[in-house]
Amino acid sequence: MAGRRRVKVLLLQMVVLGFLLVVTVPARAQDVGQIKVSKGTVSIERAGQRLPAGVGVKVQPADVVRTGPDGSVGILFADASLLSAGPNSVLAIDKFVFDSTTNQGAFESTLQKGTLSAVSGKIAKQSPDAMKVRTPVAVLGVRGTEFVVRAMGPGD
Amino acid sequence: MTARAVVGILGLLVLFGCARPAPPPPAPVAKPTRDDLVVLLPDQDGKTGALTVTHGGTERVLDTPRASARITEEGRVETGTATPEEIQRVFGDALAAQPPRPVSFLLYFLEGKADLTPESQVVLQQVFAEIARRPSPEIVIIGHTDRVGTVPDNDRLSLQRAEKVRDDFVKRGIAADQIQVAGRGEREPLVPTDDEVAEPRNRRVEISVR
Repeated sequence: MAGRRRVKVLLLQMVVLGFLLVVTVPARAQDVGQIKVSKGTVSIERAGQRLPAGVGVKVQPADVVRTGPDGSVGILFADASLLSAGPNSVLAIDKFVFDSTTNQGAFESTLQKGTLSAVSGKIAKQSPDAMKVRTPVAVLGVRGTEFVVRAMGPGD
Repeated sequence: MTARAVVGILGLLVLFGCARPAPPPPAPVAKPTRDDLVVLLPDQDGKTGALTVTHGGTERVLDTPRASARITEEGRVETGTATPEEIQRVFGDALAAQPPRPVSFLLYFLEGKADLTPESQVVLQQVFAEIARRPSPEIVIIGHTDRVGTVPDNDRLSLQRAEKVRDDFVKRGIAADQIQVAGRGEREPLVPTDDEVAEPRNRRVEISVR
């Protein structure tokens, strides 16, 4: 009986340790931005998991950021680009590469639905068209600027 | 009887006649809001950049303040100018969620020392205030020297300057793991000089707050 319990505890510890490794180790590896504003329901989908996205949470390439009907979110990226989304929005970070020495890189994201405000940073300043924002029906090429986008999702 | 029937029919006709021209229910206002919408905004410094909008193989350039491209459900693209009211109505929540933009500061030091000049001690208070108003602030402090002294000595001094400022921040309650420091020695002068020239503007730390 006691042996069985010990095995159970050991298994639980392994699961917890495994979970911590999965969640924390890659989290530092390729952080490209940080959530600075988070109101209402905001989550990040990463590798099939849904994580709460409060202030201070790091953003990585391939993350999908979602806001609920009461939600809004503001993200500051490594090149000083800003993206912020209003309620009922789905924003995918498709690609973010940035060399802080040369300011060269590429930043591509997709507003699948909802509202987005964007302020471009060093990537777009260094190379025009290196920053792109997609919607389900259009591609925006950013030449160093501020803009807003609304995309209607299939369910709207 | 027949006369009555005729009156009845006439009455019905009148009723129908009246009902017909009654105004149809207002067209659903949801229609225009189904469009995708892109609006170029002026930058904070008042200038306006440019944005290309590509849809169905056609590229349009937006390059004037509040220039808009509307992509209708039918796939047409209509360009125009959005009103500030419409921008606020549609994008108010997204705009309100914009984080504060990164800012940077320069602090200057006394010659050969890691002590701030009196003027820069005042600026340091502004830096504290800026950090305090930011959600989840990240701070990078890079120290520099002028070209008086050896390169290794200046590498050391530049790092000491950056660390001195970091310690001040930590004393004021800013989390140490939010602060990165580096020393660049005399390699990146703000004002290029010959070696061994004392230049107060090169004895500095650059602080980025984001």
